[in-house]
Amino acid sequence: MRIRKNIAVSDEGFLFNPTTGDSFSTNGTGALILHLLKQDKSVAEITETLCENFDADRILVERDLEEFTSLLKEYSLLD
Amino acid sequence: MEKKRYERPTLRKMNTGLMNKFGTKTENQPVTHIESVSVKGLMQKFGSPLFVLSERQIRRNFRNANRIFTTRYPKVQFAWSYKTNYLDAVCRIYHQEGSWAEVVSGFEYEKALKNGVPGNQIIFNGPDKSDEQLLIAARNNSLIHIDHYDELYTLIRLSEEHQLKPQVAIRVNMDTGIYPKWDRFGFNFENGQAWNALTRILNSNHLELVGLHCHIGTFMLSPSAYATAARNLCELAWSIKERFGKMVNYIDLGGGFPSTNTLKGAYLPGTDTVPSLDQFADAITDVILGYGFRPDELPTLILESGRALVDDAGYLLGTVLATKRLSDGRRATVLDFGINSLFTSFWYDHKVSPAQEPGQQTEETVLYGPLCMNIDVVRESIVMPLLEKGNQVVVHQVGAYNMTQWMQFITLRPAIVMIDEKNTTHVIRQSETMEYIDSLENVPTHLT
Repeated sequence: MRIRKNIAVSDEGFLFNPTTGDSFSTNGTGALILHLLKQDKSVAEITETLCENFDADRILVERDLEEFTSLLKEYSLLD
Repeated sequence: MEKKRYERPTLRKMNTGLMNKFGTKTENQPVTHIESVSVKGLMQKFGSPLFVLSERQIRRNFRNANRIFTTRYPKVQFAWSYKTNYLDAVCRIYHQEGSWAEVVSGFEYEKALKNGVPGNQIIFNGPDKSDEQLLIAARNNSLIHIDHYDELYTLIRLSEEHQLKPQVAIRVNMDTGIYPKWDRFGFNFENGQAWNALTRILNSNHLELVGLHCHIGTFMLSPSAYATAARNLCELAWSIKERFGKMVNYIDLGGGFPSTNTLKGAYLPGTDTVPSLDQFADAITDVILGYGFRPDELPTLILESGRALVDDAGYLLGTVLATKRLSDGRRATVLDFGINSLFTSFWYDHKVSPAQEPGQQTEETVLYGPLCMNIDVVRESIVMPLLEKGNQVVVHQVGAYNMTQWMQFITLRPAIVMIDEKNTTHVIRQSETMEYIDSLENVPTHLT
C-alpha cells in the first residue's frame, strides 16, 4: 500500500491530486500516516509508530488506520 | 518522553464554491460538570445513559417566571403541568415554591394528591375523566375544567345524584392567529359554543362556575397569540358579569411557553428566536389590566407552564458506542441512548456537547441511538469534535416531556439523578430492571 506517485502531500497535511484536481486536508495523525505511507512503511510499522508517538490504544489505532486507508482508496489516492 | 494526545486521522475533501455566510456552528465547549458535579463521576456511579436534573435550576426558573408575572399583575398563580415531568421529586419542588398542580388524567390527579397538594389546588384538565374521577375531584373541591358537552352533562348528572356543587371552568378554544389551530379541546369561542356551555353551567344549580381556561398550543413563538387569548377570555368574563352579575375568580391561560431548544427545521437556534417570558407576560397582563375590570374584581391569572420551567434543568448523559463511516462518506456516531429515552429528539435539534476536552478537529456527524431501528436518529447532522468509542456526551435541555414520554423499547429506561442545591446527588428514579418488567407479565400455564 503506497500513496500514488503524482499525489502531492505537504508536511501540514494538505493533499493535491493533479489528475482529478481534488484537494484534501488532514489532521496531524493523518499527516504522519501519509508521511509513513510515502516511505513505503507497512500497516504494522505505521501502527507501531503511531503507538510509540501517541497515547493511544493499539486496537483503536489499528481500527482507525483501517478506516483511514479505506478512505484513501476510495478517493483514489493509493496505488 | 511524554506521548502526544491521540486524535483519529481525518481526511476532508476540499470543496470550492461560496462559503456559508453563517459559518459552521460548532458545539465543542466540553461540559465536564453539571452544577459542580463531575459528569464522568455521575456516569461512573449511576451508569450510562443517565438523566440528570438540577434542583437549583428548577427553582431558579420558577422564581424567575413568578417574578416576571407578579411584577406585572397583582394576582398570579402557577400550576405545575404534571404531564411535562411528573417525577414526584420534581413536582414537590414546584409545590414547595408555591405552585398548584395541573393534571390531565386520573393517574396524574392521584399523583398530585400523593404529593400533598390540597384538592382545591388541583386543576383537572383533559378530555378523559371517568365518573369516579369526577366525583373524587368534585368532593375534593378541585377545579374541574370541562372539555366537552358529554363531560358537562355527566358532571351535571353526577352532581345532582350526589348532591354536590363542584367548582368548574370550561376550556375554550379559539383562533389566535397561529397554525395549527388547536380546536380539539374545549368549546369554541368564535362559533358561540363556549358561551352556550357557560350559559348552561350558570343556569345549573349544581355547578359553580369559577373560571375560564384556554391552552392555545405548545411551544408557542408568538406572544400576540396570548394577547388574543387573554382578550377573548376577558370578553367572556365581561359578558358573564354583565348577563349574570357574577365575576369569575380566575382566568387560566394554560401553558405553551417555549424553552430555548431549537425546533427541527428552524433556520436559527432557539436561543436567538424564542421570545422571552417577559414578552409573553407583557402581552397577557397588558390585555387583562387594560380590559376595564375594577381592581377589586380582577381575576387571578393562572399559568400552567411546564416546558419553560423545567427544560433547561434536565440533561441526558451518554456514551459513544461506536463511530463509523456511512456509504456516502458521512461520519456516524452511535450513542447508548436513542429516541426511546430522548423522545424530544423527534422535534428538537438538541444541543449535544462533548463531556471531555476535545481536540482541535471537528467533523459533521449523524448521531444515532442504539436501537436496531432506522428511525433512531438523535441528530441528523451536527458538527462535533472527533468522537471515539467510550467518549461521553451531554445533551442539553431535556427536562420537559422526556421523563414522561420515554419508551421502554428495546432497552430499559435509565436512572434519573437530581443534584440538590448543596450539590448532593439523589437517585429520584432507579434504572429499570428485568425484574421490574417481568413483574407486570403473566405467562399462561400452558406456556410455562
